[in-house]
Amino acid sequence: MSLLPKSRKARRRLMVVATAAPIVVASAALAFYALGNSVSFFYSPVQARSAHVPTGRTIELGGLVAKGSVVKQPDGSITFVVADHAATDKVVYRGDLPDLFREGQGVVTKGAFRPDGDFEASEVLAKHDERYMPREVTRALKASGEWRGDGAQAAASKPTGTGA
Amino acid sequence: MTAELGSFALILAFALSIAQVALSAGGRLRGSAALTGAGEGAAVGAFVSIAAAFAALMYAFVTSDFSVANVAANSHTAQPLFYKITGAWGSHEGSMLLWCLALTGYGAVVALTGPGLPWRLKATTVASQGCLGVLFIGYTVFASNPLLRVANPLVEGASLNPLLQDPFFAIHPPFLYSGYVGMSVVFSLGVGALIEGRVDAAWARWVRPWSLVAWSLLTIGITLGSFWSYYVLGWGGWWAWDPVENASFMPWLVATALLHSATVTEKRGAMAAWTVFLALLAFTFSMLGAFLVRSGILTSVHAFALEPKRGILLLDILGIAAGSGFALFAWRAPSLPPGGLFAPISRESALLLNNLFLSAATVAVLFGTLYPLIAQAAFGAAVSVGPPYFNLVFGSLMGAVLLILPIGPLMAWKRGELKGVLQRLWWAALAAVVAGALVFAFHEPRKAFAGAGVALGVWLIGGTLTELAERARLGRTSLSEAGRRLRALPRGAWGMTFAHIGLGVFLLGAAIDGTGKVETAKVMAVGDQVDAGGGYHLSLDQVGQVDGPNYLANRGTLSVTKAGNPICTAAPERRFYPASGQTTSKVALCLRGVSDVYVVFGEQRTGANGQPGWLVRIFWNPWARMIFLGPLLMALGGGISLSDRRLRIGLPRRAAGTRGAASLEPAE
Repeated sequence: MSLLPKSRKARRRLMVVATAAPIVVASAALAFYALGNSVSFFYSPVQARSAHVPTGRTIELGGLVAKGSVVKQPDGSITFVVADHAATDKVVYRGDLPDLFREGQGVVTKGAFRPDGDFEASEVLAKHDERYMPREVTRALKASGEWRGDGAQAAASKPTGTGA
Repeated sequence: MTAELGSFALILAFALSIAQVALSAGGRLRGSAALTGAGEGAAVGAFVSIAAAFAALMYAFVTSDFSVANVAANSHTAQPLFYKITGAWGSHEGSMLLWCLALTGYGAVVALTGPGLPWRLKATTVASQGCLGVLFIGYTVFASNPLLRVANPLVEGASLNPLLQDPFFAIHPPFLYSGYVGMSVVFSLGVGALIEGRVDAAWARWVRPWSLVAWSLLTIGITLGSFWSYYVLGWGGWWAWDPVENASFMPWLVATALLHSATVTEKRGAMAAWTVFLALLAFTFSMLGAFLVRSGILTSVHAFALEPKRGILLLDILGIAAGSGFALFAWRAPSLPPGGLFAPISRESALLLNNLFLSAATVAVLFGTLYPLIAQAAFGAAVSVGPPYFNLVFGSLMGAVLLILPIGPLMAWKRGELKGVLQRLWWAALAAVVAGALVFAFHEPRKAFAGAGVALGVWLIGGTLTELAERARLGRTSLSEAGRRLRALPRGAWGMTFAHIGLGVFLLGAAIDGTGKVETAKVMAVGDQVDAGGGYHLSLDQVGQVDGPNYLANRGTLSVTKAGNPICTAAPERRFYPASGQTTSKVALCLRGVSDVYVVFGEQRTGANGQPGWLVRIFWNPWARMIFLGPLLMALGGGISLSDRRLRIGLPRRAAGTRGAASLEPAE
């Protein structure tokens, strides 16, 4: 018992620290372990090309949905082209598209590249707000010089306008 | 004219909040009851002014006054009246005004009630609440006034986002905001306690009703929001660990920890500094949530569209309020008197463990939510953190909390005995193990998580009922005596019982729905049939056009049968809103006990045989309703606890007479 501090207050503090320390260490270890398996990186098509994303790795691919590229295939899947200034990727998606999905607008898809080079999406992110632009898409478009500015974006995304 | 009056009222509220701070702080310093009384008057005045501004905004929405920019952007003449009204808080600007309304409302209630509060503490609390009012009303006036006019008014508005035109969405922000902002009173009481250097059992008793109110409302708000996401977004799920969902969940976790640590401070005078820390932290997380939702800094499904300038202003407000609160804490907390001692095996220790795990879980959620920002800053990589991270980390930490949960209430204060407690819990443990094993053996698909979740849920409910039986001395006295004892239990005990059972109910639902969900998607023509999960069989009987008040819809009518017996008719719709050019889904829910057959009517597609059809998605969501029922039970528990007589009386009556004389001690 000689190792323990003498005052009851100090002993109580030691007890609290001795309980808290393993919890903190365990949860930190758990967090970093779990993070390694659930982080997915975001790329625009040209970034994905230059980063040589291996097939099968789950990533997020984002950009603008190319005009006229959305095709409903007879097998029930949907294909569309995600584009930035320099590259395009064909995306295959089997689910129901989000209600706010439009040609010419920003989109973020989650999935992996197939060996044939197409991107198989398991998720197409929907936004509540049609004026909302995913931050990564904004940044990628700005980086590629394709950004049309907030005003242009808002006007483009509301085809019916306000005075109609 | 009303919009100008509203703007004026808003600016008046800003001025009154400044007066509230100056008068209350000045009155406290000079020891003048007249000045602090005037400060309380200013607090009430600020609330009345904000209420007037809010009424003006509502009036502009109801009358479709499109010369007001916010109305033009979020309303439409064809919108039903109910959604015209709720459009008032459907936008960023309007919801900030709702936030201010709640903030000043709580301030006014603090000013008008609490005769039992020592006048010094009350004055500093009102002053602190006033400071928060100045910050948030100032932000609303100068950066996000919803009542601004436009130079060239439009003939027609752009309409409220159709996804928000739903009764559950319409009512969930008031609950959520009252919950978020309710934490501001707890924050102000914490600031007051630090300035007055007084954190004791009496202070904890004043904190308790406020944290209970805020916690219960936040619980309801999160549940309604989750239910809205469940049946409006048509994805079949109810929680996605989206940053905005996390933003509402973190204050809830902190408030839950606060409720438990405040009990220790109230009953035993211990953990005082920690309780104050949590009191400051709860509102800090509320403000962080407001910032995350509105700055657009994180990619979220729910985020408002916004320019970053406002985000920076909100970050400044967060920094000022939380920064000064925690600086005060760092300065004053070491001088707080130490509390009572307790043994390693005691109820205090159980509650301390609860707090450690809840805090670790909060930090884990915060880390996962902010990690995309950290990664962007540190490695320049754009990343997102998926649900597996949250499920694993949060799930493990909460699992640990839930394991010790039934033990805590049975443990004695100060020095408990673990062996006796475990002996009393043996049948709850047995029931849990049996239930878990049965689920593991028979539930499809076989998953360890389902068994573990159900076992934990049964352990919680069984353990809580054991505690209730112990209190009633059930089995050791006559039944009538046990009934009399149950009736004599304090409301607070009943509240705890309801809340813990509610958590168990939620857990059962989450475990079964999370593992047993079956999704079926098929392109169906009229007359087609499909087998969905749970043994249900659906056939598409007809597809018709529906002319709604402000939308056009395709409605599919599907009959649901099980083993040949008709169960119900589902009529999901796919709605098109011409005003905003948006399409939304109206999900049809066929309630079976606590489970749902969930039908989404999708777009027109070409089927496998080349014939046109409609994409129909069906989810079998077993026990899904328990996910929403459980939290409502928890909120009910909060409400019952709030009606405890100990919270209302027992505070000295002489408060009114000797006000301003001396610091008062509670009678108990």
